[in-house]
Amino acid sequence: MSKRRVVITGIGALTPVGKTAPDFWNGLISGKSGAQPIEHFDTSDFPTKFAAQIEGYDPEDYFDRKEARRLDKVCQYALIAAEEAIQDTGLDLDGINKDDVAVIVGTGIGGMITFYEQSVSFHEHGPRGVSPFFIPKLIPDMVAGQISIKYGFKGPNFCAVSACATGSHNIALAYDSIRNGQCDMAVSGGSEAPVSRIGVAGFNAMRAMSTRNDDPKTASRPFDKNRDGFVLGEGSAILFLEEYEHAKERGAQIYGEIVGYGFSADAHHITAPDPDGEGVILALNRALDSAGIKPEEVDHINMHGTSTPLGDIAETNSIKKVFGDHAYEINHNSTKSMTGHALGAAGAMEALATILSTYHGMIPPTINFETPDPDCDLDYTFNESEVRDVKYGLNNAFGFGGHNTTLVFKKFEE
Amino acid sequence: MSQDVEAKVKSIIVDKLGVDESEVTHEANFTNDLGADSLDTVELIMEFEKDFDISIPDEDAENIATVGNAVEYLQDKV
Repeated sequence: MSKRRVVITGIGALTPVGKTAPDFWNGLISGKSGAQPIEHFDTSDFPTKFAAQIEGYDPEDYFDRKEARRLDKVCQYALIAAEEAIQDTGLDLDGINKDDVAVIVGTGIGGMITFYEQSVSFHEHGPRGVSPFFIPKLIPDMVAGQISIKYGFKGPNFCAVSACATGSHNIALAYDSIRNGQCDMAVSGGSEAPVSRIGVAGFNAMRAMSTRNDDPKTASRPFDKNRDGFVLGEGSAILFLEEYEHAKERGAQIYGEIVGYGFSADAHHITAPDPDGEGVILALNRALDSAGIKPEEVDHINMHGTSTPLGDIAETNSIKKVFGDHAYEINHNSTKSMTGHALGAAGAMEALATILSTYHGMIPPTINFETPDPDCDLDYTFNESEVRDVKYGLNNAFGFGGHNTTLVFKKFEE
Repeated sequence: MSQDVEAKVKSIIVDKLGVDESEVTHEANFTNDLGADSLDTVELIMEFEKDFDISIPDEDAENIATVGNAVEYLQDKV
């Protein structure tokens, strides 16, 4: 029996470059940076004083006060993006079998802000100072749990956690759930809310983030010689996946198709990329095999490209080893130059960007390029969007711990 | 003083349970009338402890099921 096909029939996004999926796409193709100074806490003693943030976010624009209080921001973001994606499908929720809808949505960290606030309260007041909502707001799987509770979706429900590869792993596992007949539809993606005192302090301690405080909007500059680390981001992106015949029968709009993926590990270091890129090469090759395509058929790769000195070179080298001369024919980009690095949501935001590149025939730019780096010599679609018909688009995401994922998206054809 | 306690209790309930002030009657039951689940109820008790600077033992907390129960208990304690 041939495996079932899986298409994308709904999209939602809450990101630093746009608070809906259409605004996200418009932000990307116009080269908008979402980075701005952090204003909701004091950064005077922080080496990094900015992040890519959702502009003017107020939970009470989306939730009533009680609901907002019971939800960590990481769940709020996911619920907002999920609502958009579900509405976007045009499905009449009362007319479908909700037992057939999975929710496979992850976060790299979970309720980090809750963990911090409750730890402070515990320190000050002891055990009786700890809220009964501490654990439910903290645990990463609650993102998937909350979405299923809101809509009554009783299909497979969980999250995979793999740091910055989380969004991609969850989309791939949702794809598998539909392909293998566990369900006909799936809400999938990632969410993250790490822009907090403890979050910024943690990444600063690793010396992983840019400290370009005098010009935050140009700080995320993947593949530029003067890159100095990633820019922390936040938000959520959600894809509604649907079995193709199911979508076709109801005349659904189709944004694109998922046709394969590859997973692997670096087995090298907790945070540094393997300079030989063996793990990434494995993921890329597995993705091509899984989709049944040749390297020459790939038109576009949305790279992990975090704007760190070592990571961008290692990923570039891996792509060159897999694609050979064809690597120079591919339009690459790093949309993190605009969105920042939203950790567990990054893979989902970039999967969405890749799908929309196949849908619109357009590659968003890698912004902030000024100075060439001889070790990064591919076509990264610097500074301006490019029109390009994309039949096959790949999306890379790698997580601390050495987790690698590559997803393969195809322009939709009957 | 007793009216102060009542006003404070009601404002905590309005804030924590996200209900309208008019619903917070003396007889209103947190669970049945004001939509609180078991976790909300625990948090409500914590909030009373914090705002009134007292400690409410679990055996007492079990008997605080309505707005009136809370007001009377707290008036007694402060």
